[in-house]
Amino acid sequence: MKIYADNAATTKLSANALRAMMPYLEEQYGNPSSLNSEGQRAKEAIEGAREKIASLIGAYPREITFTSGGSEADNQAILSAARAGEKAGKKHIVSTAIEHHAVLHTLKKLEKEGFSVTLLDPHENGIVRVPELEAALTPDTCLVTVMTANNEIGTVQPIREIGEICRAKKIPFHTDAVQAVGHLPIDVGADRVDMLSASAHKFHGPKGTGFLYARRGIPLTNLIEGGAQERGRRAGTENVAGIVGMAAALEESAARMPEVAPRLAELRDRLIRGLSEIPHSVLNGDPVKRLPGNVNFCFEGIEGESLLLLLDDRGISASSGSACTSGSLDPSHVLLAIGRVHDVAHGSLRLTLGEDTTTAEVDAIVTAVKEVVAHLRGFSPVWRDLAEGKSKFIL
Amino acid sequence: MALYSEKVMDHFRNPRNVGVIEDADGVGQVGNAKCGDIMKMYLKIENDVVTDVKFETFGCGSAIASSSMATELIKGKPVSEVMRLTNKAVAEALDGLPDYKMHCSVLAEEAIKAALDDYYAKTGRTPEQDATGDPAKADGDEEQKGGEE
Ligand SMILES: Cc1ncc(COP(=O)(O)O)c(C=O)c1O
Repeated sequence: MKIYADNAATTKLSANALRAMMPYLEEQYGNPSSLNSEGQRAKEAIEGAREKIASLIGAYPREITFTSGGSEADNQAILSAARAGEKAGKKHIVSTAIEHHAVLHTLKKLEKEGFSVTLLDPHENGIVRVPELEAALTPDTCLVTVMTANNEIGTVQPIREIGEICRAKKIPFHTDAVQAVGHLPIDVGADRVDMLSASAHKFHGPKGTGFLYARRGIPLTNLIEGGAQERGRRAGTENVAGIVGMAAALEESAARMPEVAPRLAELRDRLIRGLSEIPHSVLNGDPVKRLPGNVNFCFEGIEGESLLLLLDDRGISASSGSACTSGSLDPSHVLLAIGRVHDVAHGSLRLTLGEDTTTAEVDAIVTAVKEVVAHLRGFSPVWRDLAEGKSKFIL
Repeated sequence: MALYSEKVMDHFRNPRNVGVIEDADGVGQVGNAKCGDIMKMYLKIENDVVTDVKFETFGCGSAIASSSMATELIKGKPVSEVMRLTNKAVAEALDGLPDYKMHCSVLAEEAIKAALDDYYAKTGRTPEQDATGDPAKADGDEEQKGGEE
């Protein structure tokens, strides 16, 4: 049995998206900038995709700029707001400590240029407090960037409230909605969002394609210089097939959302209940305000990579925020930010369900995780000390 | 390419010599939970030979495999040989580790050395007495020590 529970990392390409893409990988290979008929058909395809995507998030087509994915959209949104802020003499940015590195590393770069950055505390449940955000705003603030939903712990932020505050104070508001688009309803108008990043491969579209929504009047600085594609805001021959596939995938995800989201939430809660039976474990992130498919736990006394590998042996694909899996010495910055100490953060497990996940699979995951955690605790010196009372349980 | 060699995966999936030795002659623990790796080695030493060894490890796949392989490399070996075990030998026996995982083999070496240190502290012997690997000399030392008591 093979169970894919890593849908926050990436999703399976939808058959419809693939079908929509195929013509542009085969006979319809024109360059959208060409005036010949092949080129014009490619141009029509990407403009059709733009209209579709815009209508699905409540935007105008000209507010959508196609990018190479979520990271590029985040970079462009933040740098654009920073450049505009600089011109107006404003060099302060408000964000959160649990943003994706595409946001955090861009902010780090700006700090080196003299910007000051306030990272809001996500508190123990992984959700920023709106009054704290409001208090952090200064006349110098040129951007607020808060992710719609977190990629590790799945928590959903109060985007509309934040949007209303920012709009009232005329501060540009960007949200990294990479984990939310296609999974939660998005309405940039109602949410008062000025810029929004999305990535196709998180909603069953192809990898290497995304978009940046920027409300009319919000200036964009282009990161890639060259031709006049994307109305001069993003040079380079468009990824026609990718863009068409992204639009088809988003259309399908949006159409299926009313059916998929509640079913996934039910499976998620079943998985949370099952894993909660493991002693000395904790659910990371808010139990309710979280993405329908996201489950993230810490298990005391074990390390996440070994847990992942043994689950993989049993056909279960998951991920972890342990240092060994993050490629650095520290465990996940998100887990640390919500107050998990290193010892515990190393023992984290993220399971992200998808629309194909079944109840039987969830039950199989619970059984496997219970067995693997018990096995690893069985020869963990940390667990022995805890069990023998030589050190104190944290969870 | 897979993350780990087949050997690493084998030792990770079926770790050898897992557990504790209640009346161990030397116990060593290295690493810390903050960094995500802790290894604990238990040695039983009779007549200057490591007659039994057990380990417990909190850590990633390569940490568990390194501990397991290290126990295999030293079991039944004279102390003089055990004290010369290097992390390189552990890594090589595992058909290599990814660069950023080499520290796991270092921990295994250090855990064994820490257990030997404990053994020396407990027995009052010195590493120099074992260094030659000459059992005759080691026996002589035993008698000498006995005489002192
Ligand atoms: C919240 C969030 N932002 C940004 C990204 C980056 O997206 P991409 O992989 O398309 O560059 C990801 C996914 O990896 C994400 O989860």
